[in-house]
Formats: sequence, structure tokens, C-alpha cells
Amino acid sequence: MTAIATDMAAGPRTTSVSATAADTGSTALVQARDLAKTFDVSAPWLNRVLERKPRQLLHAVDGVSFDIEKGQTLALVGESGCGKSTVARLLVGLYEPTRGDLVFDGLEAHKVFKTGEARKLRRRIQMIFQDPYASLNPRWKVEDIVGEPLKEHGIVTEAAALKERVGQLLQSVGLSPLDMVKYPHQFSGGQRQRISIARALATEPEFLVCDEPTSALDVSVQAQVLNIMKDLQRKQGLTYLFISHNLAVVRHVSDQVGVMYLGRLVELAGKHQLFGNPRHPYTRMLLDAIPKMHDTGRARTPVQGEVPNPLNPPSGCAFNPRCPHANERCRTERPALLTIAGIKVACHAVEEGRI
Amino acid sequence: MSLLEVNNLVVEFPGRRGTLRALDDISFSIAPGEVLGVVGESGAGKSLTGASIIGLLEPPGRVASGQILLEGQRIDNLSADQMRHIRGRKIGAIFQDPLTSLNPLYTVGRQLTETILAHLPVDAAEARRRAIRLLEDTGIPAAAERIDHFPHQFSGGMRQRVVIALALAAEPKLIVADEPTTALDVSIQAQIIQLLKRICHERGAAVMLITHDMGVIAETCDRVAVMYAGRIAEIGPVHEVINTPAHPYTMGLMASIPDMDSERERLNQIDGAMPRLNAIPTGCPYNPRCPRAFDRCTRERPELLEAGATRAACWLHDAHQSTQPAGATA
Amino acid sequence: MRQTLARWFDSDIGYSFRTSPMAIIAAAIALVCVFCAAFANWVAPHNPFDLTTLVLSDARLPPFWQAEGSAKYLLGTDDQGRDILSALMYGARISLVVGVVAVLASMVIGVALGLLAGFKGGWIDAFLMRLCDVMLSFPAILVALLIAGVGRAMFPHAHDTVAFGVLILSITLTGWVQYARTVRGSTLVERNKEYVQAARVTGVAPLRIMARHVLPNVMGPVLVLATIHVATAIITEATLSFLGVGVPPTSPSLGTLIRVGNDYLFSGEWWITIFPGLMLILIALSVNLLGDWLRDALNPRLQ
Repeated sequence: MTAIATDMAAGPRTTSVSATAADTGSTALVQARDLAKTFDVSAPWLNRVLERKPRQLLHAVDGVSFDIEKGQTLALVGESGCGKSTVARLLVGLYEPTRGDLVFDGLEAHKVFKTGEARKLRRRIQMIFQDPYASLNPRWKVEDIVGEPLKEHGIVTEAAALKERVGQLLQSVGLSPLDMVKYPHQFSGGQRQRISIARALATEPEFLVCDEPTSALDVSVQAQVLNIMKDLQRKQGLTYLFISHNLAVVRHVSDQVGVMYLGRLVELAGKHQLFGNPRHPYTRMLLDAIPKMHDTGRARTPVQGEVPNPLNPPSGCAFNPRCPHANERCRTERPALLTIAGIKVACHAVEEGRI
Repeated sequence: MSLLEVNNLVVEFPGRRGTLRALDDISFSIAPGEVLGVVGESGAGKSLTGASIIGLLEPPGRVASGQILLEGQRIDNLSADQMRHIRGRKIGAIFQDPLTSLNPLYTVGRQLTETILAHLPVDAAEARRRAIRLLEDTGIPAAAERIDHFPHQFSGGMRQRVVIALALAAEPKLIVADEPTTALDVSIQAQIIQLLKRICHERGAAVMLITHDMGVIAETCDRVAVMYAGRIAEIGPVHEVINTPAHPYTMGLMASIPDMDSERERLNQIDGAMPRLNAIPTGCPYNPRCPRAFDRCTRERPELLEAGATRAACWLHDAHQSTQPAGATA
Repeated sequence: MRQTLARWFDSDIGYSFRTSPMAIIAAAIALVCVFCAAFANWVAPHNPFDLTTLVLSDARLPPFWQAEGSAKYLLGTDDQGRDILSALMYGARISLVVGVVAVLASMVIGVALGLLAGFKGGWIDAFLMRLCDVMLSFPAILVALLIAGVGRAMFPHAHDTVAFGVLILSITLTGWVQYARTVRGSTLVERNKEYVQAARVTGVAPLRIMARHVLPNVMGPVLVLATIHVATAIITEATLSFLGVGVPPTSPSLGTLIRVGNDYLFSGEWWITIFPGLMLILIALSVNLLGDWLRDALNPRLQ
């Protein structure tokens, strides 16, 4: 997905905050309602005219809804092309949704991002990225990297106080305050990820979106970072959206799990239900496919096919070409995310009681 | 006789700040048809081990001492030309990124037949037949047509299958696979692992599987070598190493991997990080992080010692040690 | 200060410099030339442009190692009795000043436009890149001639400073394009990196992100370009002065000296044109080699 996002806040407009409050009947801190994002990946206009190429639209996210309660962690899992990274970027305001909206603490977030109140909202939502090598500016000292949000939002302005606060933040992630004079390349991947966490926590946010924060790290380092994240969540009452493709990690950190496939949510359930009794055929396939360290002799359901090209998704249910239970309805009608037996699942077969 | 024997291999990188020892006295062997896993974290030296065996060590890296024997013959001291004959015919290679492993300008068929013709005494027609059969074997549908397709016309998982076919094209005895499934989605990963296991078993090829993913190792390998800071920390049958590890590093590693089947509040973490090549501690390289280190560990470097079903480079398993001390020892 | 110098010396680039004989020699030569040019007033044995000190009877003397030469004028004199060696130093000063100022101006304009194009994208990017394409399709000398001609027409009394300004402008007008294209490419890469996204999530304004985050990371190739561009700019200036549309005749640069001496080449007084030519080559070559070394030194570290 290489579309360029140029739809950031253009400037303050005088819309009062009350006009952006939403009435949803739910008290969850984060509510995503039918979020969708479509990218135009067509060839340039001249090429399209000369070569008669059609417009190509990529429906990276196609109607995703979920709630996250304060202090909880929702994990979004899926394979490449499922849109989970795009959802992350929609939630922090890096992208503007094509459809649907995000309600944060009762506010309509994307409307607020366009107003003068955007800064206050940005303080409350922060993000941690996947690549520890690209997420820190290689030319800046750690002190400036972690201090930037503090300066930007005017939280701490006096130089000595700023240094002290940065030192505290570094300590909270297990680094030494003396590290602040160093440059990113002097740190290992795991340490850099901790610096990213310290930066994200500078504004004392309530909601952290974590895009595969440990995927690029070694196993033992991953353990350190995950433990820190859990400790911080407990101490500061943080709410996390945790994106990952590693189900074992997800099992460790999450309270709720959402499984995505080609831009849609196929199953959304509490952790124990999802891992104990997965309903959607794709979830079952995923759980079966993970190589296990123990219990390796077990027979497995053979896995079919590969994720189709997101530019050309199958009609009806996106999973139907690979699903052992697909019928005619699955090929024509897109299943809605329904609440069945306490979990949300988008599958005709489950709805019809066939599986 | 073992198919591959690595004896006291030392790989160094001469640099301006001194010479770095990337691999320090590695020894192991692979029996014909066996699948050996080489696991370790980044910087442990597992990819370098694979590269040394295939003969693709990037200069200024070089084999400083030790031997690599393939079917009893030394291959670490061959000329580039001689190594070229070995590569492909006796040793096949699979790398991580299927996108860059295949030449985008040539059809898949051409790359396959080129390899077959270079190493086997068959004619072009027979080479093509074999290529088609290889593609079918690796699970590519409509192989007879797809053989004339270009790499970009295949999806990621299909491409990796082609790479496997390419590695097996000249019927090598040993396949070195460096992170073959890391770049693939989970569902494809499972398919590729199954394929690799089956097809190598069918053709009697031994596999050296290099990866950081313990789960993949558990599913595919017979034996596994755990590497740390350029040395082998533990080596043994895969289930023994995973379930009853003898080296404290292996124990720490196994405990810090989040497991699908159990649930813990905190993952076990190993404090600190793997030492950089220019700062490897004396004695056992793991001693600063080891919860069970004692005096001897800081002075003497342990060799691989018998430790039950596996062998571990750890003084805790020294048979001549009368006690397991908490403090100083003779 | 000493600490930063020590750190640089010990760093990878410092090491690369210390172990590259070519870089050291090139730097030494460039330094000598710059020194002579900067301190010409004190270093040059004569002042060739002070008409009161000229001795007409000393005109057209060959270099001192030849029969009629004199140690007073080491490299000989020209048709008016001006010491060639001193003229070289003063001339080099003019050439270097014009070259460096033109490069600085090109760099500022080019980097700014490149950042803008890369960061904003869309039609701004398309427009600027097409502009670059157009500028590149004109040979630099022709554009310079055009600007110089227009300048002379506009300011017929050819004030000295205006002539300089016009000259620098003409070199800058074709020089900025390289910087813009390079910086645009680097900006496109950096823009998608996660530290830029992190700054956007924090709420930093786009202008600040461009200036404080992206700019330091795209400057590497720019410095290499600038070094090599100095050599090109000096030669361009020399060419223009040789053609008579460059610096005013009262402050002759190396190009002017070459032109003046050219007329005497075939009457046997080769030193009047050859030595300025050699000086020009020396400066251009040493700066060019430095730029080459810099490019190689920075390269493996650019990811």
C-alpha cells in the first residue's frame, strides 16, 4: 500500500467541541464504527488515457467496527494484505477514513483532528511502530527524540525540567537517563523500541496503538519489551490496540482478539474464547497453521491456497476460495459481523449452524 | 559416514579496529538425510555458518581455520571455480527472500533447466521434463504451463516453492535453507515447511535449516544446534533440547518464547543482550547473563560436554565437577 | 571544539580520509589554493592591479627559469608588466568567490524546492520536476550567456557588483536542478519512514517536520554534489569570462587571464595563458577529487 496520505489537519477551524461529540450508547474509550479506507492506486492519468488502463482502487479496510474498554488490550491479527496496519494508522489520524468514524472518549476523532482541538486529542493517542531502525530519527539525540512531544505540546518548556522529565521517561522503560545524550545507532533493536515507547508515553496518553512492536526483535528481547508494556499498562491504566501476525504473542498480551482478512473483521472475541473455541474457518486455519514447539505430532487440517490479491478480492465472503465449508451463498453474499454466542463472527456457515 | 562435517570452524572479519571472530570454533555434523536445525538470535552467527558451508562468505570475511568436509572431502579450501561445481550439484541453497532469489528477467523454466543442464548429463528435452516434474512435486498447479512464466507472475508462497524446486534441481545431497519461511505469511509458512520436509525426505537430501523460529524447528528437524555469540551452546535431538534443555541459555530462550498452549502473566526474560563481536566476555560468553554462572565460567571457555540426551557447552555439566557450586570452585 | 574534531578524526569518515592518499593530497592542494586566494593581499609578491606599481619595461618577461626571466617575477609578466603569479592569486580569489557563492545559492534554492516537491507531492511535485527537466535540456553555458546578455542590456553601465550578481545568477539558474532532484528522491524515501510518521502522530507541523526531521537526513548527497559543483561553477565562470561576458575587466578572474593571454600564445609568450590555465585545472581537479572521495566515504553508510 504505497498511497500517499496527504490528508492531515489543514489548519484550525472554529468548530466547537460539543458539535463533535457523538452519541453511541456505548461507554468504551475507543469505538471504531464501520471504518473504511480506500486507496487510489491507479496508474497516472496520462498512462491511463494512453494505455487505457482502468482505475484501480484498493479497499485496504472495508468496514471494521470494534470497541475497546479503558485499560484493556485489543489485538488485531491477520496476514499480509488484511489491512491491520491501515486500521492502526486510521486510529491515530495518519489517514482520513473513506467511510465510518472513530469515537474516542465520546468525541468524533476525525472531525476533531481537523479543528483547533486536534492537539489536545493527539496528546491522548500515540503510536509505536514496527521498525526500531526507522522509527527514530538517526540524526537526533535520544534526548531530543523523547523530548520533542514535550516541547511540541508545551508540557515542559524549561530546559532543566525537560532533561529531568526525559530522564524519568527513559527510566520508566528500563533505560538509564545517561543514555539521553546518545544517538539511536548506538542502541540495539530492543533498546530502540524502548526509546520509542518512552517517546510515545511523553504526553501521558490514554490510548496506545502498537503496530507490530516486537516483530523485528529477537525472542528474548521481545520478552523484555512485552513485559515492559504490560507493566506500564498496569501502572498507568493504558489502553492498547496491539497489531501482530504472531498469535502466540497476541495470546500473551491481549484481552480481546480481532481476526482480519482482506480488510474485514471475520471474528472478534475474548482471548479465551478465540483460542479455546475458534468459530470462523479462517481463524481455525490460522491457529492450526502455527508451528508449535510442543505437541508437534498432532494431525493438522491441510491449508489451502494463499491470500488473494487485495486489488481483486473474491466476491461474497473474501475467504470463500480457501474455505472448506463454502457454499453458493458464501460466493455471492458478503457476511455481516454478527453476534453469535457471545462473540462476533462474520460467517454464513456459523450463522446457519453448519459448523 | 556423515554427509557434512564441520570441524573447529573459525570465521573472522579483519577490520580496521582489529579482527572480529564471528564464528569461534564451531563443530557439528549432519548425517545423510537428516534435518539439522540451527537456531539462534541475531548476531549469533547462524547465517554465517550457512554461508561458509555454501562458500558464499562475503569478503573481508574469511575462514581463518578449521575444516568443512562434504562426503569426506574438504570444501573450505577450494577455488571459486571448484566451489561452483559443488554448489548446485552437491549443495543446494534456499534463502529468505523469494523475490530476490529468482532472476526476474528469465522464466522459471529457463532458470530450472539451466541448473539441471549445468550439473546433470541430460539433454535439453529431458531437462525440461525434469523441471516440470519438479514444479509439480513442489505443488505448483498447471506446472506444464507455469514453467514458462516469469517470477513476478507467481505469488510469494509459489515463488518460494519455485526456489525449493531450483535448489533441488541438480539433486544435491545437502540443502542449506536460511530462514526460508520468515518472509511468508503464517498459513503459507505451514505449507512450505511441510513441502520442504516431504520433498527432502523423498529425495534423500539432508537439510540444514537456519532460523530464529523455534516452532519451525520443532516441526521439521531431527536435531537442533543452538548458537550464541558465534559458538554452539547446545546441540541434540530436537525434542530433548526443547523440553529438557541443558544449557542455561537454551533454558532461558525456551522460557521466553510465548507459547500457544500455556498462559503466563510475565514472559521469562533474559536480562541484557547478546554481546557484540568486539566485546565477547572471557570464558563462557553467556556468563554475564547466566543465572547459574560461577567462577569457572568467567575464566575458562567450555567445550561441548555430554549433558544427558544433548551436548551443552556449559561447566555445569562437567563430569569431573564433584559438586554444583554456588561459589568458587577448583 | 577539540572534542568534536577528535571525534571526527576517529570516526569512519576521518579514518577513510586518513587512509586515502588521494584525498589528503587533494585537500592539501585545495587548501593551498584557497589560502593563497584568500590572503592574496599578503601572500602575493606584487599587486598586479595597482597601476602605480606597474613597470612597463618589465612587460612580457618569461618565467624566472628561462634566460630573460627575473626572480622578481617568478612566473613572468604579461603585456602590461603585471606579475603572473600575483595575478593568479588574485584571479583565483575572484573565481573561488564566484564559484562558492553560486554553489551556495544553488544549494539553498535546490534543496528548498526539492524538499517541497518530495514532501508535498501532487501537482507541486509534478510541476517542479517538469521545470527541472526543462532547465536540464538547456546547456548551462547558453543559459548563462543569455542571462549575461539580458543583464548587460538592462544595466548598460555595467556596474561591477551588478556584473558579479548577473554572473552568479546565471550559474545558479542551471545549478539548482541537480540538488532539487537529489533531495526530492531522498525526501520521498525519508517521508515514509516511521520517525516522520511518529512526528505527525505527535502533531508536529509539516514545515517543522521538513526542516528539522527530513532535512538533516537528506543533506549527505547534497554535500557531495556541492563539492563537485564548486569545480563546475569555477570552470563555468572561467568559460564565461573567457568569452568576455563574465566578470568585469577590472577584476580579472582566471578565465579573463586565460583570454588575455590567449592572444599572446602564438607569439611565443606562452606563460601568460598557460599558468592561469594550470591554476584553474589544479583547483578544479583537487576540489573534484575531494568530492569523489567524499561520495565514496559517505556511501556505505548511506544504508
